[in-house]
Amino acid sequence: MLIKAKKNLLESALTPESVYSERRTILKGLGLGSLLLAGPSQAGFFSKEAPVEVPAAAKRHALQYEKTSPASPLVLTPESKILTHNNFYEFGTGKTDPFKNSQGLELEPWTLSVEGEVAKPGKLDVWELINGAQKKGAQLEERIYRMRCVEAWSMVIPWIGIELGQILKQFEPTSKAKYLAFETLYDPEQMPGQQSRRIGGGIDYPYVEGLRMDEAMHPLTILSVGLYGKTLAPQNGAPIRLVVPWKYGFKGIKSIVKIRLVEKMPPTTWNMLAAKEYGFYANVNPAVDHPRWSQGSERVITEGGLFSAKRQKTLPFNGYADEVAGLYSNMNLKQWY
Amino acid sequence: MSLKKVFALALHIGVHLAALLPLVWLFWAVPAGELGGDPVEELIHFLGLGALRLLLLSLLIAPLVKYLQIAALFKLRRPLGLWAYTWASLHFFAWLALDLVFEWGLIAEEIIKRSYILLGFSLWLILSALALTSLPRLMRAMKGKWQTLHWWIYPAAIMGCIHFWWSLKSGWFEPAVYLLITLVLIALRKKKLLGATAR
Ligand code: HEM
Repeated sequence: MLIKAKKNLLESALTPESVYSERRTILKGLGLGSLLLAGPSQAGFFSKEAPVEVPAAAKRHALQYEKTSPASPLVLTPESKILTHNNFYEFGTGKTDPFKNSQGLELEPWTLSVEGEVAKPGKLDVWELINGAQKKGAQLEERIYRMRCVEAWSMVIPWIGIELGQILKQFEPTSKAKYLAFETLYDPEQMPGQQSRRIGGGIDYPYVEGLRMDEAMHPLTILSVGLYGKTLAPQNGAPIRLVVPWKYGFKGIKSIVKIRLVEKMPPTTWNMLAAKEYGFYANVNPAVDHPRWSQGSERVITEGGLFSAKRQKTLPFNGYADEVAGLYSNMNLKQWY
Repeated sequence: MSLKKVFALALHIGVHLAALLPLVWLFWAVPAGELGGDPVEELIHFLGLGALRLLLLSLLIAPLVKYLQIAALFKLRRPLGLWAYTWASLHFFAWLALDLVFEWGLIAEEIIKRSYILLGFSLWLILSALALTSLPRLMRAMKGKWQTLHWWIYPAAIMGCIHFWWSLKSGWFEPAVYLLITLVLIALRKKKLLGATAR
């Protein structure tokens, strides 16, 4: 399916190189040069360059995939930032905790069981999917999507994955299948946040998420197995995670071990924790604020250093309204946030 | 110099170093990626937590003087309070400059609408008043009123803990520990506080 490139998404985040060097010259002229500008990887506190090298990622390897989305006008978030700025409370609540604490996660073998209202329940060998996808005709594709966190920051990520709908079809959902209930790995020995409520932010694990059947079958919804051309790093939800680009990031459940098709709306982790703050649908909606911050705009995590932060307006359905607004045409989105 | 004085001087230098060195460290840590690829949130947390710790340390001084009988320690309160204010202001600035990127309309809206931000902001205003009136000239001019104003440090500390609590998306453990410490520190000065407010 073609993802339309839209004018309003052309927010070029690029700053001309000349501006970077100009500022550096001024700072150097003030004699602040050595202290403020020096540092490992050449980038300084006030410099405009992305500070971090891509961390040597544990066990990531190159993937073969098809570039199906057209040349994207979106400016990609640098890989190093995608790898070191994560929410994955199973490894701690700080943004750098997942990167620091997840590298030892055992990824092989990994099975994803699909059960409930399906004619053919079964287990999916995830590595077979990753390595042998092409043989079965189920091609891995690259999808460049915006990712909007409920905390009002956003990234642009080149995911690699496969449409969830294509996978579900193999298990033949029955007519009773109205919703999907997803579950993350529960393994306290590997996930410190599951051992201790303090480390895990007081969440009851395993992390669970849900989608309505039509949302799951929508062609924009993918199960991702990689990003930036390689398999996923643990902190990004390796080896397989959900990506629903028009919903807040917490819907994108990571390191999935189970998908259950069900008749009734399943419970979801953040909704159980604070129902007034996080709904089941969690569609990106600038008109409905989080009780503790505005959702009208977002801080864009993109190229550049500490002082090149930018904000942009948040778009309804994260900019995918043309494709998905129809799914909710009869619903009051202020009520079903 | 008596031993007690040497001890007090060493502590004085220690306070300045303890408050300054972490800030210097940031100039290395941010570019080195120590706070992650996008350090904004970690930076806000680091500075907020530092401000609260320094604030509580300043409240620890009076009980310490009482139990250790070293009056010279009183001199640490001023630098601790001013450093707490510095860290709190940097915390505020990081939010203004790096998170909301000086979008004044949004900033005003957030301060008014979000109770944890409003609380943090009110607390920062209190600290501003306390920092300003710690100028020696103002101190002298204010006489007895100075002490009355500076009792506000106690409500400020409680507000800091609640601001911390409300800022969390989930969990409560850490702010609860800070609140408990604050309440203990207040309890240690119960008599003085009751006397002051009764006047
Ligand atoms: C001037 C107005 C203030 C604003 C706008 C403000 C804003 C914030 C924000 C945005 C957060 C982080 C919330 C998040 O995680 O998303 C935060 C956390 C925090 N703030 Fe403030 N704050 C202010 C004043 C203060 C003051 C004066 C103190 C202490 C003396 C303080 C102490 C803290 C602490 C301890 C945290 C929690 C840090 C952590 O989670 O590790 N804040 N504040």
